Amino acid sequence: MTDQCHMTIHEAAGHLKSGAATSRQLCERVLARIAAVEARVNALSHLDKDTVLAAADTADRRRAAGQELSPYDGIPLAIKDNMAVHGQPCACGSRVLAGFTSPYNATAVQKLLDRGFIPCGRTNMDEFAMGSSTETSAFKTTANPWDLTRVPGGSSGGSAAAVAAGEAIAALGSDTGGSIRQPASFCGVVGLKPTYGRVSRYGLVAYASSLDQIGPLTKDVRDAAILLETLSGHDPMDSTSLNQPVEDYAAQLDTASARGLRIGMPREFFDVTGLAPEVRQAIEDAAATYQGMGAELVPVDLPHTKYAVATYYIIATAEASSNLARFDGIRYGARDQEAGDLLSTYRKTREKGFGLEVKRRIILGTYVLSSGYYDAYYNRAQKVRTLIREDYTNAFTSCDVILAPASPFPAFKVGEITDPLTMYLADIYTISVNLAGICGISIPCALTRGGLPVGMQLLGPAFGESAILKAARVFEQQSPLAGKMAEL
Amino acid sequence: MKYEAVIGLEVHVQVRTRTKVFCGCSNGAGDEPNTNVCPVCLGYPGSLPVMNAEAIRKTIIAGMTCGCAIARYSKWDRKNYYYPDMPKNYQISQYDLPICEGGEIPIEGKGFSGKPLTPRNIKLTRIHLEEDVAKSTHLGKYSGIDYNRAGTPLMEIVSEPDMHTADEAYAYLTALKQAMQFAGISDCDMEKGQLRCDVNISVRPAGETKLGTKIELKNLNSFRAIHRSIDYEIDRQIDACEAGEPLYQETRRWDDDAGMTTVMRSKENAHDYRYFPDPDLMPVTVTDDQLDTIRADLPECPWSRRDRFVEQFGITPYDADVLTADKALADYFEAAAQGVKNAKTVANWIQTELLAVLGKEGKPITESPVSAGHLADLVALIEADTISGKIAKQVFAEMLISDKSPKEIVKEKGMEQVTDTGAIEGMVAAVIANNPKPVADYQAGNAKAIQSLVGQVMKASRGKANPQMVVQLLKAALD
Repeated sequence: MTDQCHMTIHEAAGHLKSGAATSRQLCERVLARIAAVEARVNALSHLDKDTVLAAADTADRRRAAGQELSPYDGIPLAIKDNMAVHGQPCACGSRVLAGFTSPYNATAVQKLLDRGFIPCGRTNMDEFAMGSSTETSAFKTTANPWDLTRVPGGSSGGSAAAVAAGEAIAALGSDTGGSIRQPASFCGVVGLKPTYGRVSRYGLVAYASSLDQIGPLTKDVRDAAILLETLSGHDPMDSTSLNQPVEDYAAQLDTASARGLRIGMPREFFDVTGLAPEVRQAIEDAAATYQGMGAELVPVDLPHTKYAVATYYIIATAEASSNLARFDGIRYGARDQEAGDLLSTYRKTREKGFGLEVKRRIILGTYVLSSGYYDAYYNRAQKVRTLIREDYTNAFTSCDVILAPASPFPAFKVGEITDPLTMYLADIYTISVNLAGICGISIPCALTRGGLPVGMQLLGPAFGESAILKAARVFEQQSPLAGKMAEL
Repeated sequence: MKYEAVIGLEVHVQVRTRTKVFCGCSNGAGDEPNTNVCPVCLGYPGSLPVMNAEAIRKTIIAGMTCGCAIARYSKWDRKNYYYPDMPKNYQISQYDLPICEGGEIPIEGKGFSGKPLTPRNIKLTRIHLEEDVAKSTHLGKYSGIDYNRAGTPLMEIVSEPDMHTADEAYAYLTALKQAMQFAGISDCDMEKGQLRCDVNISVRPAGETKLGTKIELKNLNSFRAIHRSIDYEIDRQIDACEAGEPLYQETRRWDDDAGMTTVMRSKENAHDYRYFPDPDLMPVTVTDDQLDTIRADLPECPWSRRDRFVEQFGITPYDADVLTADKALADYFEAAAQGVKNAKTVANWIQTELLAVLGKEGKPITESPVSAGHLADLVALIEADTISGKIAKQVFAEMLISDKSPKEIVKEKGMEQVTDTGAIEGMVAAVIANNPKPVADYQAGNAKAIQSLVGQVMKASRGKANPQMVVQLLKAALD
């Protein structure tokens, strides 16, 4: 039998249903695993065991009375430290939110609670989700469970590492430019970024509002489908959430087939300098596998790909410079106590509260919105964004899903990349998906010779989650990597 | 040299809605501080705004009232600057695509100084909607912030630089305030911060078409302060021009006690607000059908009502002006005027009797002890010759302290006018017999002498005789 901490959601649900496990046992096993490996992995920024166990007992009582909230009632999940859970800290990897406790639940969190899922640990992240390695976290750098000297990716690196290390059955992350998919690929787990507007952002601390989206990090595709269905739906508290029917994504997986599936292969994605040969090979092998299963490979063009990174770093930083203005020490969070007057309170609080990368992006964003520069940067970036969106619209006229790397290279060493621009450029495969507002999933597709996971992305049109989940499931079914865990 | 001032006003008006503009909190400033707050209006991490459609509807009503073009598509922008009264350190506002554009507000009557104004229309630039900020109270070393006000829907009504005197600015504000009250948008109580006003002002040699250096005035807390500050600033700027001193584009603060303005912020220190579209909110789209529905229910604006009163009820423009100064008063007049033959009588009664009583007691028309229906009944009794104007005053005095209708009062107190010719003839004969001197005077050609005889007959009837009949019958007996 699979160790309970390595179980998927659907396996755990089966055990709960059959009585093979109680929620308390499940949670205790996950907490024990955390106790055993967390010192090496550093995936979590906060854990309140008592609350978890109390919730587990409540869930067990409900189930005993035949009143379980869902088949998943009593299953623990880790939550990225930028989503509000009532009564819990929400530090976003930043000193500026030290001591802050959320007074309400994010809608995504509430939807989990409504089905009986138990928030179990808050996961470490790059500060305010700005980073690709968790190295910008003010608290600690999370280690990649496959190789503890390497980063887990980011910004949802804590969530990806927790799932890969068995510290979580599954986790929630957020994805602004690849922050779910890239760490999923680095840690050998499944990460799904839903279509913009599919999942409510209410309660997700905003980095770049027009790009942010909450999504699951899981051990398999079925779990991603289960969580997507749980999280999705229109939310009156989020004007940008869309009123589209929520599908039973997990049930759709049973009929998944590659036969007749048209898989788009973007030429531009394979011209990227810095694309590691092993990653290129892994993607080409995956394409061949699909072809072998009856799929058709279709070359597609995404001609504005080369502008995606620049466009992203203008729009995202512009929005961030405004979104992060509220962290001033006046109403909540850390306030610098030495400051004498208002202006120095602002300055000192923000100087000490924010890390280097956050400051860099606030300054960039402030600059691109400044009077006299707005048209040259922000306005132009918005126009290019439209072109990037049209690229995908055109591409999806000739294919059902697009196959792409998730990152040009597998997990890098902690401290290996110090140049911000090199770090930014590595976002090339994920970032345009956020700019276009479409959906994408990253699933493990290979191991490098050095034993590091390589992830591949399947991208779908807006509200095309069903297509990418099914395509991912087809691949997963024959993948030799399925069920393979990092050894710790 | 002769100079001309050019004045434009930026007026903020709080919109009366049940809830705030971007969250479900009660729109109740004035409650216990920081009680009408939630994660959204406190700008807590993760919270998001959701637009209040009623605030948009009322802004459209304001725009229609002022003849603005209503945008089918407008959007929300963030205005970025730091201040503790701003929970997010940006204000959700509208930058380049406001809900309302253009429009005008007619001014007439008198200005604050009492001088008559040349009636004309003051042009508007735009009206947009935004969120109000919190209210700061400075307590020595510390400041208190009440976030109840944060998120109150706030309209900004911007005029063109289209006024030239403090009196015009005053008349414009008065008309604007009336219009907002009539449309049910706001009470516009300046003391409660429901209406706030900044002034843009410059001077130029008369006849020049180019605008002079613009100076913005802030900290204007009453219509009187606005009037005084404009007069002060016009003089200051003209003095500077005449002395050959340069004027700088700047923001100046009005000190109401000292009666002067001082520099607050120079142009170099002006904020760069870094406006950009708010990604948390969808653009506002309005359909023709929605506009038609709003227009069908559009409350009449004060200046239309004033004109209608003159035309429909035959009252003077002056009376119409007084009676439309306040919506409740206009409603009262209109209700009372419905039941009578001559609305002028109603207008007179309201102005000379009712407003005097209310003024003495400091009550608004909504608390009038005499209902509009009863006042109409009273005037109808006069018109039907049931009572005389003089008796009517006694009835009115009784109405102030009783809920009874004037008819009941007249009946109970036996105040009906005597119109019985026989009865009056009897009294006339007695008065003629008992007052030989005025009778003789009258018959000797002193026409005025009849007044004293009329008075005697009225006295004999205890005021109830119909005065016209008394005169008629006296003349018949003496001529």
